[in-house]
Amino acid sequence: MDNNKNSVIDQRVKEEYKYGFITEIESDTLAPGISEETIHFISKKKKEPSWLLEWRLKAYRKWLKMKEPDWQNVNYDKIDYQDISYYSAPKKKELKSLDELDPELLKTYNKLGIPLDEQKMMNGIAVDAVFDSVSVATTFREELKSHGVIFCSFSEAAIDYPEIVKKYLGSVIPYTDNYFACLNSAVFTDGSFVFIPKGVKCPMELSTYFRINEAKTGQFERTLIIAEENSSVSYLEGCTAPMRDENQLHAAVVELVALDNATIKYSTVQNWFPGNPKTGAGGIYNFVTKRGLCAGQNSRISWTQVETGSAVTWKYPSCILKGDDSVGEFYSVALTNNLQQADTGTKMIHIGKNTKSTIISKGISAGKGQQTYRGEVKIMKSADNARNFSQCDSILIGDRCGAHTFPYIDVRNQSATMEHEASTSKIGEDQLFYCNQRGIDTEDAVSMIVNGFCKEVFNELPMEFAMEATKLMEVSLEGSVG
Amino acid sequence: MLEINNLHVEVENKEILSGIDLKIKAGEMHAIMGLNGSGKSTLSNAITGRENYNVTKGDITFKDESILEMEPNERALAGIFMSFQYPTVIPGVNNTYFLRAAVNAKKKYRGEKEYDAATFLKFVKSKLKEVEMDAKYLKRAVNEGFSGGEKKRNEMLQLLCLEPELAIMDETDSGLDIDALKIISRGINKYKNNSRSFLVITHYQRLLKYIEPDVVHVLIDGKIVKSGGKELALELEEKGYSWLES
Repeated sequence: MDNNKNSVIDQRVKEEYKYGFITEIESDTLAPGISEETIHFISKKKKEPSWLLEWRLKAYRKWLKMKEPDWQNVNYDKIDYQDISYYSAPKKKELKSLDELDPELLKTYNKLGIPLDEQKMMNGIAVDAVFDSVSVATTFREELKSHGVIFCSFSEAAIDYPEIVKKYLGSVIPYTDNYFACLNSAVFTDGSFVFIPKGVKCPMELSTYFRINEAKTGQFERTLIIAEENSSVSYLEGCTAPMRDENQLHAAVVELVALDNATIKYSTVQNWFPGNPKTGAGGIYNFVTKRGLCAGQNSRISWTQVETGSAVTWKYPSCILKGDDSVGEFYSVALTNNLQQADTGTKMIHIGKNTKSTIISKGISAGKGQQTYRGEVKIMKSADNARNFSQCDSILIGDRCGAHTFPYIDVRNQSATMEHEASTSKIGEDQLFYCNQRGIDTEDAVSMIVNGFCKEVFNELPMEFAMEATKLMEVSLEGSVG
Repeated sequence: MLEINNLHVEVENKEILSGIDLKIKAGEMHAIMGLNGSGKSTLSNAITGRENYNVTKGDITFKDESILEMEPNERALAGIFMSFQYPTVIPGVNNTYFLRAAVNAKKKYRGEKEYDAATFLKFVKSKLKEVEMDAKYLKRAVNEGFSGGEKKRNEMLQLLCLEPELAIMDETDSGLDIDALKIISRGINKYKNNSRSFLVITHYQRLLKYIEPDVVHVLIDGKIVKSGGKELALELEEKGYSWLES
């Protein structure tokens, strides 16, 4: 029986990454290498105000003095930062409408299941599409504008709304924060910008689809979301990349700011190319810094992530709960199959009174995948009556993978209530047999059991994407049966 | 329907069954009785093909074909169903969804049109009545928060939906109150017909008050030591098992 199941594994391992195609498009790509000139070049391309260039340069100079972190529980070949191109854009710019978009690009997004044609769009979801270093299209802008909502590429925001950008850029994640955030601050090329004014409930889901296409390019996007008093927004990002033999670096920064009574819900479905399932060649290094500031009273920030792609993932979407009664949430499903590695989790920093945080993390390891949950809950002295609930569950499929958990708890106020639950289990032989005995084959049974295991997290995703996530799990689990 | 010849089964290199012979014809109900550790559950696990139950000798045929090389799900699709002694919980998986996946797997196997969600709900609701189960159990995760009796009714519900030709009832009476026992027995009696067979595995003859096996077998130390009619069960109740031990 064991042998049979292993042969099923081997057979399914051969299934290929579905989004691995390359778009043949003429690009403006900067020669590899990083220097102050690179940064001048990017800033000039973007027609940025000079303060932003200065900020980038400060970050770059700081970065030169920093050391790449090595504490994370992952192994990868050293990155040669001079071998990466820091800017790549499809040629033909200055679009007046979506009709002028290169048909190859439209085709690419259609293949990814994201039509940019507004008539064909999924109902009520506005999309910003970022291709390599630039945003190529943002849909439903006019309609959003009528509600006072600003949704545009970061580059445009830097020109059109410099005051807001200047006020909030780096306010949650200073450029000095960490090695990769610092690099991003120096060379970021695009990303999404969202501003929800006072009292506005954003009338539709906002989403950004990131696509790396060019070889040897890194993607360094920067997203900034601000929700003013009594406003709310739900935002989703999705990511894919072609199959390439070399590793590509994705070092993004996402900053969220929620003022009094504001709610930001940020969901990620990350499906970057995970690398060759057998040799491990290629794949994306997903080194991302995400942090939200619950600045106002009763504000709420909720991170939901479904991480199935990338060769190596390193990210800890976090919440700083500064406002009294503010709430931070982290719901995560991370899957590592074949040779994938992930070190992911969250940080909840309680500063305000009566602040509450919830952490639900579901890790799935299959193949030779290695996965680490790393989470920190910090209750500061000022945080009277803070509460945290953490639940970290891991499931192992087969006997060649690993799951590791590193929870850090730091309580400096005696009135805090902390709950932590953790479990690690092999996918139940009894559950598999039960399904088999009802005629359900092992692959279907595994994906059913795993999806059930993830349900609490999937329930947090916007409806349309919960279905997508379920399907994605099935695809990513192919070849994992053991 | 089911024929077992000289079956030897090892679990973790220890022989549990030592030469079982058993023949169940279509429409027959057989009961296997025995004490804990006699090999009753090993027999049901060997028939259904569970991992780590290694057949070292002998054969099991179902509908005249050996099933030893078949995967557990293939045996299920071929028409063998087991009502579990301890049905497992599958957190987060909706009971209706699970049941539909199972029924559709069978439909697909038979080349029939699969159920969509709405038609299936109608279908399953009609079956629900037969086991007197509340519809709220359909919305829960598989067996999650079910009492012992509810789990067994859920097993019975699955049986009725999957329509197997051979149903193995593994200690179905354990953990059942008298009302649930009657409901399950009624279900079995109603389901049984000329082409459907039952293998009832039990410790006590409690269940056998409500259902009538054609043949009763006594299993001791991995061997069938005696077979007889229904009256054998009553005899066991009176005298215990010791008089049969060698």
